[in-house]
Amino acid sequence: MLKIEQVSKVFYPGTVNEKTALEDINLSVHEHDIITVVGSNGSGKSTLFNLIAGTFPVTGGSLTLDGKDVTNKAEYKRAFTIGRIFQDPTKGTAAKMSIEDNLVTAYKKGMKGLRISLNSEIREFFAEELKQLSMGLENRLKDNVGLLSGGQRQALTLLMTVLSKPRLLLLDEHTAALDPRNAQIVMDLTMQFIKRYDLTALMVTHNMQHAIGFGNRLLMMDEGHIILDLTLEQKKELTVSRLVEMFKQVRNKEFDHDETLLSDS
Amino acid sequence: MLEGIFVDGLIFSIMVLGVLISYRILDFADLTCDGSFATGAAVATMAIVSGVGLVGALVLAFVSGAIAGLITATIHNELKVPGLLAGILTMTMLYSINIRILGGRANVPLLKVETLFQKIPKLLGGIPSAWALLIGTLVIVFVVKTIIDIFFRTDLGIAIGAMGSNEQMVITLGMNPKVLKLIGIGLSNALIALSGGLLAQYQGFADANLGQGMVVQGLAAIMIGEFLFDSNRITFITLRVVFGAIIYKGLMFLGRYYGYYINLTPSDLKLLTGIMVIVSLIIAQTRNAASTADARKKALKRNKARRDALAGKGGDDAQN
Ligand SMILES: Nc1ncnc2c1ncn2[C@@H]1O[C@H](COP(=O)(O)OP(=O)(O)OP(=O)(O)O)[C@@H](O)[C@H]1O
Ligand SMILES: [Mg+2]
Repeated sequence: MLKIEQVSKVFYPGTVNEKTALEDINLSVHEHDIITVVGSNGSGKSTLFNLIAGTFPVTGGSLTLDGKDVTNKAEYKRAFTIGRIFQDPTKGTAAKMSIEDNLVTAYKKGMKGLRISLNSEIREFFAEELKQLSMGLENRLKDNVGLLSGGQRQALTLLMTVLSKPRLLLLDEHTAALDPRNAQIVMDLTMQFIKRYDLTALMVTHNMQHAIGFGNRLLMMDEGHIILDLTLEQKKELTVSRLVEMFKQVRNKEFDHDETLLSDS
Repeated sequence: MLEGIFVDGLIFSIMVLGVLISYRILDFADLTCDGSFATGAAVATMAIVSGVGLVGALVLAFVSGAIAGLITATIHNELKVPGLLAGILTMTMLYSINIRILGGRANVPLLKVETLFQKIPKLLGGIPSAWALLIGTLVIVFVVKTIIDIFFRTDLGIAIGAMGSNEQMVITLGMNPKVLKLIGIGLSNALIALSGGLLAQYQGFADANLGQGMVVQGLAAIMIGEFLFDSNRITFITLRVVFGAIIYKGLMFLGRYYGYYINLTPSDLKLLTGIMVIVSLIIAQTRNAASTADARKKALKRNKARRDALAGKGGDDAQN
């Protein structure tokens, strides 16, 4: 459903700050793929997501979404197909608005009209949906989102994202800012929603166990390149130390022994 | 006398509602206001003088403000400059345009023509004219406030609020923030110009300098309102804006009429307004800090209670 061909990204080209963040990336994402993405800090994972979503333009190459060339399509237009969750829980919700206002904004993608959708019927529906999060948010529809904890906000973001019915989900370390308990809750909900709504997903994580345990494909990035692309079969045999070993073989250097990268919490 | 303050405050409150939309709802520091307020006054005055009806004059004032807002939003959207600069640009240009609208003069009186505020007492015959004016203005403000309340409960209105709180979110949800800004800033300045059009009729003239310092006055009124009560419902937020506007005008009245006891002159009022905003900001900040500290204490207590409960059950969750 997503085809990335020879995509590169150079920041500040032609200046002393020139920085090649991605180089000649080729990737085909198939319908129903759940791809985990790992790589050390600065390897270009978020940049890749930003290019897919259209936050900034590619320097070279092309992006095809559902058979259509979207290389120059505006971010908000691509958003009809793409749902995105960031690491920062404050990025996905409007803090100064109530939970129900946030939900009604997410409920249908695209420009809104002068209809008043927020009625008792839809509130009931929202409450029903919020119950799945088991955080008691169904009783707080009129509370401002700014009052919620990071875990609650991220769970709400997740719900809003799936309610907006994207087909491709981009998750950029979306549980990294949460405590282990909330991270687990949000991760479980994520997998549950992906299954239920039949989504395709790309998920960046610094948690190697998650990367190996979840999904049907694993990508490893380093210095702006995709250096490993493992299938489900290859993943089945995988352990963290085996993955580190593969990295060494491919890159001919030591794996960046980042605490979080290898931790299993 | 007292009715006069209310009428003045009510007319002013429509302007403050416009400032509320840009500063509070859109989080867009828009200075267009200082120009568009006078534009509304100028357009309404010239329309009335040249025989366009009273309603037509107000509609034209409203539209002229909307156009001013659209220009600011377009500069901001397309040239990618901060809203503050975009607003200053429009405001500066409007100063020249306003004098053009007024036919090359800085001040045009509404003599020998009937204004809304002469018509209202006639329409409400039998009531003392001061009271008739108050009732008439109340009705106008009530209608405007209700329309705003309804608008910000529609899907579009909520989306505009969401953008003011988190622009990335509305993009991620498939909306073009440029369009939302055009609508929001356009509406904001339309209301501001409408208020200008009403004030010109109330005081009987339009002046190219009418808008000077309006933004700060509007912010002062909003902040006064925010001290009155806390709410995240649009109906109450607009209500406290109206209250804040009237109280602000009351305070300014006191300053003007009794200020000389403490050696205050009318020219000091802008200084006072600025100080009022600064003091409000300080109070809001300390309040905020206090409530955050309070929330933290409560959270700690909650956690402790939970832990105690678990320990009481003899659970082995003590290390959590
Ligand atoms: N907006 C930007 N402007 C300039 N340089 C950028 C920008 N965004 C990213 N970069 C650079 O591009 C490189 C890749 O960054 P990116 O954020 O994609 O890494 P990442 O793999 O997501 O890292 P992390 O694991 O730390 O999130 C980095 O060197 C970064 O400094
Ligand atoms: Mg990143």
